[in-house]
Amino acid sequence: MSIDQHVLPGPEPVLNLPACHKEEDEYEMVYHKPATMVDTAMHYCPGCAHSLVHKLIMEVVEEMDIQEKTVGVAPVGCSVFAYDYMDIDMQEAAHGRACAVATGIKRLMPDKYVFTYQGDGDLAAIGIAETLHAVNRGENILIVFMNNAVYGMTSGQMAPTTLPGMHTTTSPDGRDVGYYGAPIKVSELLAVLPGSFYVTRQSVNNPNAVRRTKKALQNALKYQQLHKGTCLVEIIGNCPSNWKMTPVEAAKFIDEEMVKTFPLGDIKVPNAEDLKIF
Amino acid sequence: MTEFKLMKGNEAMAEAAILAGCDAYFGYPITPQSEVLEYLAREMPKHNRIVMQAESEVASINMVYGAAGAGFRTMTSSSSPGISLMQEGISYIAGAELPCLIVNVNRAGPGLGTIQPGQGDYFQSTKGGGHGDYRMIVLAPASVQEMADFVYLGFDLAEKYRNPVLMLSDGAIGQMMEKVKFKPYTRPEVDKSGWATTGKPKTRKRNYITSLHILPEKMEEHNRHLEEKFKMIRENEVRFEEYNTEGAEYLFVAYGLSARICQKAMDMARQKGIKVGLLRPVTLYPYPYQRLNELAAQVKLMLSVELNSGQMVEDVRLAVNGKVPVEFYGRMGGMMPTPEEIVHHLETLIQYHHVN
Repeated sequence: MSIDQHVLPGPEPVLNLPACHKEEDEYEMVYHKPATMVDTAMHYCPGCAHSLVHKLIMEVVEEMDIQEKTVGVAPVGCSVFAYDYMDIDMQEAAHGRACAVATGIKRLMPDKYVFTYQGDGDLAAIGIAETLHAVNRGENILIVFMNNAVYGMTSGQMAPTTLPGMHTTTSPDGRDVGYYGAPIKVSELLAVLPGSFYVTRQSVNNPNAVRRTKKALQNALKYQQLHKGTCLVEIIGNCPSNWKMTPVEAAKFIDEEMVKTFPLGDIKVPNAEDLKIF
Repeated sequence: MTEFKLMKGNEAMAEAAILAGCDAYFGYPITPQSEVLEYLAREMPKHNRIVMQAESEVASINMVYGAAGAGFRTMTSSSSPGISLMQEGISYIAGAELPCLIVNVNRAGPGLGTIQPGQGDYFQSTKGGGHGDYRMIVLAPASVQEMADFVYLGFDLAEKYRNPVLMLSDGAIGQMMEKVKFKPYTRPEVDKSGWATTGKPKTRKRNYITSLHILPEKMEEHNRHLEEKFKMIRENEVRFEEYNTEGAEYLFVAYGLSARICQKAMDMARQKGIKVGLLRPVTLYPYPYQRLNELAAQVKLMLSVELNSGQMVEDVRLAVNGKVPVEFYGRMGGMMPTPEEIVHHLETLIQYHHVN
């Protein structure tokens, strides 16, 4: 079938502009894409949380005016190309090693804002040692932990955070907790370490959640100025493609299923004394 | 005037790292090179440099990646099993073209092996080690003095070519004490602003460090670029030393500690009237193929002496290309050949090949 056959027959559609139509320069700007984003199309699937979270981080970087002072570390996984979208200096780490790479960057440049952006396979499976030790050292970095309970890039295998009974390509009958253990609650695990300063779990599946996630990212980057320890912002992401759902169903799945294992909210917050300078 | 000091190879290497302006050292304890981390843990803070004991060699090489990617002069060291753990990181560092120095104080293997010296990591060092098409410049010190000198050389070459450099020492040179003189050193100017991730000012495009090239055309282009670089290295950086090769009828080929033993064996053989010389490759990559090929037109027999079961001998045979017999003698597990043993082996081979 040639592509021409998809073109609808008939006359050119007529654009019926409403009476309140204004010329472009008459509109008030209420939203713009952050200038800290690269102006390009993204490879992410429709409904995927990555693009939204990339944008939130870059909005915060723009609003704090820290583009010149920020260095990001991209993982291996769907967000391996993060440096194609974020207009900041970045390093692409080996699978799981982002926190070690970030340690190397931050220790040499303690006044820069350094963050890692990692998925659940990258952070909680192959990179759990690097992550745990970086947090235990209190590395003064932000870890953005995207938890969507599957390996996205390799197309939907079981992750350390896959829900009990959840079907994936490598747990076709559902995750058997007796065989593979229960999903790792990374944030709760790392919050008990004295090296962690701020640990929160958020989502981006509705407008309010997006606002809360942005606030969490703002806090976490701001806290880096304190040199008090690691900030971890876990974000429950949606993976409609590998969950075999529509984006709307995936957003609903987070509220109905994911939060049972991964309850949303702050897990560790700084005490008021530490935040006095702000 | 610079004075001689009496130092362990590992400590001399650590001191040279400080003098070479190494900004950061990341390491993990392993025998026989834990002195490096200990020495630097004590000394680096005095110079406001970073020293860190990582949770593993996997972590330490990736910390090196991060620091090197941010444009800093950085290094790590380990011994064989630890260097195996670093291979993933080394491959990424080579792919992302980051300059750094890695020191392997080789112990005998495979597996946990023993903590005694060995040269069993020749293949791993020179033929890849990690995955994919890449090479490291490999420097093989034969003395405590060279363990110090090659730190400067290693950093300079790494930055000149934006490539990891490996110093392949061994447990004996690392642990033994010898006199060493720290020579005055001038650090070459290197501009890293075109790629180092120091934070993106509005005036330039973003810098990013990656080894990922998902499109086949781009990957091959990057491979070809790397190959061009390795070709330049092969053309410009071959280093070796020759002893008594003029008029020699036989040739020892040995690097590092084996070359030290072969020097003594050579002297003993020459006293017996056997005209044997020694070629000591200083760079194991790039390898002195051409010089060995020239010498093959002159000598009747070559003997590669190594502390392994025969690894470098394959490169000697490649160089000689069948012109003369190339034989091998090796000891393993931390056992050292005596000079007498080597001379005896040479005499036996001369008779066997009828090349007396």
